[in-house]
Amino acid sequence: MASLTGYAAVSMILFSLGAIGVVSRRNIFIIYMSIELMLNGINLFLVTFARYHFNMDGQILSIMVVAIAAAEAAIFLSVIILLFRTKKSLDTDMFTELKEGSE
Amino acid sequence: MQTSYLIWIILIPLMGALLNTGFYFYHIKYKELPEKLFAIIGTVTPFIAFLITLNLFFKLLDGSANLEQTMFQWLDVDGLSIEMKFLGDKLSIFMAMFVTFVGWLIHIYAVGYMKGDKGFGKFFAYFNLFLASMLILVLADNPIILFIGWEGVGVCSYLLISFHYTDGNNVMAGNKAFIVNRVGDLGFILGVITLFFALDKTGISFSSMEAYIDVADNDLLILSGFLLFVGAMGKSAQVPLYVWLPDAMAGPTPISALIHAATMVTAGIYMVARFHFLYSSVEEIGLFIAYIGAISALFAAVIATRQQDIKKILAYSTMSQLGYMFIGVGLGFYSSGLFHVFTHAFFKAMLFMGAGGAILALHHEQNIFKMAQHRKKLPIISATFLIGVIAISGIPPFSGFFSKDAILAASFQSGEYLIWGMGMFTAFLTAFYMFRLYFIVFVAPNGKEEEYTYTEKTITFPLVVLAIGAIGAGFLNFPAIFGGSAFIDTWLAQLNSVELHMSHTTEYTLMFASIAVAAAGIYVAYKKYAKCDVFKPESEEGIIANKFYVDEIYDVLFVKSLKKLSNFFVHTVDDKIIDGLLMTVCKEFITIGKKLAIIQNANVRFYAFYMLAGMSAVSLYLYITLIGH
Repeated sequence: MASLTGYAAVSMILFSLGAIGVVSRRNIFIIYMSIELMLNGINLFLVTFARYHFNMDGQILSIMVVAIAAAEAAIFLSVIILLFRTKKSLDTDMFTELKEGSE
Repeated sequence: MQTSYLIWIILIPLMGALLNTGFYFYHIKYKELPEKLFAIIGTVTPFIAFLITLNLFFKLLDGSANLEQTMFQWLDVDGLSIEMKFLGDKLSIFMAMFVTFVGWLIHIYAVGYMKGDKGFGKFFAYFNLFLASMLILVLADNPIILFIGWEGVGVCSYLLISFHYTDGNNVMAGNKAFIVNRVGDLGFILGVITLFFALDKTGISFSSMEAYIDVADNDLLILSGFLLFVGAMGKSAQVPLYVWLPDAMAGPTPISALIHAATMVTAGIYMVARFHFLYSSVEEIGLFIAYIGAISALFAAVIATRQQDIKKILAYSTMSQLGYMFIGVGLGFYSSGLFHVFTHAFFKAMLFMGAGGAILALHHEQNIFKMAQHRKKLPIISATFLIGVIAISGIPPFSGFFSKDAILAASFQSGEYLIWGMGMFTAFLTAFYMFRLYFIVFVAPNGKEEEYTYTEKTITFPLVVLAIGAIGAGFLNFPAIFGGSAFIDTWLAQLNSVELHMSHTTEYTLMFASIAVAAAGIYVAYKKYAKCDVFKPESEEGIIANKFYVDEIYDVLFVKSLKKLSNFFVHTVDDKIIDGLLMTVCKEFITIGKKLAIIQNANVRFYAFYMLAGMSAVSLYLYITLIGH
């Protein structure tokens, strides 16, 4: 059995990659996938510690996260479609109407 | 004794004012209404008020106790309890009687005088309001209610003086009257406050003040007596706050008659008589009042001898007569002072109305020499004017003689020979300038064929009624020396006036002396003006014709210096210092805001970054603190 540190390190790396993706990428799809990546990083963390403590609570929570992520995906995708219809683009930098000073 | 009539004396003219206002708005907004409607509302309401007053007068005459009417409690704060209460004692009913009666006649006169004016309805609304305010003042049971009326007449005089507001001069005159009165009002309200504290907060109605006057601190009483008199100076146009009165002549003539005869200027005298308990206990102030009165009387009479505007002459004569009244009330002869208020109301209202009628008939000309040049035959006006002139000059048996002589005798008896001398000299000047006016306007030949001219009935009717009053009013206080009953002195016994008691020889001598000076004044005027050439007016130069340059001095002393001060505040203090400071702060906020606005760039990625950075910072903080423990 691999060490706890290994699992924790992998999940942290996953989460950080996701975070970097959200901040640095402009494509809405990529941002969405990065968010999923962050969710899964956390999931891995939960599962790891559930196993480590022999306590099922973390596993239950991770199942919950998966379920909610599925529901979220449905909404997110429809929002993305709507956004695309308005601007014919998926670049988030195009969606800056709420900027200070814009009309 | 409680009564429910008292309030209606005030409410009915007030309702007249409201009705006229309403109809006038309708008149200008929707449909033209006939003048008759306004005239009926305007003249009937004062008459009803007069009838009610008359009814109450007879009640008092039957020996009824003082009438009172408490409406409601107005204020009750920390021992200061002010009730909306009206008092109908002998003094206030006496005042209300001739205020409503003379006021009513002036309303009738105004119907004829204002005929065809665009603001006919507005005029009567103001007029009724004026009368209602004056009645509040007269019937008030405490100084605070009195002050409501006091301010009410101030406002109405402002509205009426600048009635023809399209002319800048009228507006200036209205402003002047209002502002000068404010100076007096400040004195009045400070005086009431001082008196309230001087009496140890024992209550603010006139009766309770009278009851506790003995326990009060004398210095505070002197102060409050002085401050209250400052208020009276403003309202009753005494030196040094008289400057508004001559300018107030800018308004239409009925207003001058109302302000100068029945209301407003008599308010100061009435107020001093109301506070008779205060002024009897501080004789220094009483003497001060008498001196101010004497100075005003003489000063105004001197100015009047050289004026050429008929209304201004009458204005100065009013101020001069008010001076007499203050001599009377100042020396403690309250009933004599009020008796002069009473007779003066008749003949002065009549003089003003006569002057107004003549002005109307003679092409709106007010300069006496020019009026003489255009003279037409005005039999009723000139006859009643002559009666008024004789009455004011103090020739027996006209009313002015009795009241003025009582005041002069009072000053002689008090041993104030200087005041007496000034009064006598003023009597001479009064006879002189009033007859100068009469001779020039109505007598001096102008070498023209004179034709009759039609005068409105509404103008001549009040003149005739008042003429009867001017002749007969004196007999109401027929002196005991002639076997009279001195009705008014008896009626006003509650004021505890000082009584006249001098030997009959002295009294006769004094009367003879005052008749002699009046006759001398008439003789000089006759010699000089009865046959003067009206086409050669007197020059308008010299210190007297220019009213001793008092207006100019006040202009420099108060108006210009205040203007400079306010300019300093506007341009330096407000614009530069206060606005400057505020604007700097505002501008700083704007700069900072603009800098902060950069981070709100609507870019999702940046927002996510802020969130991450924030969460990381919080996590770091928690990590460090938790490790620390």
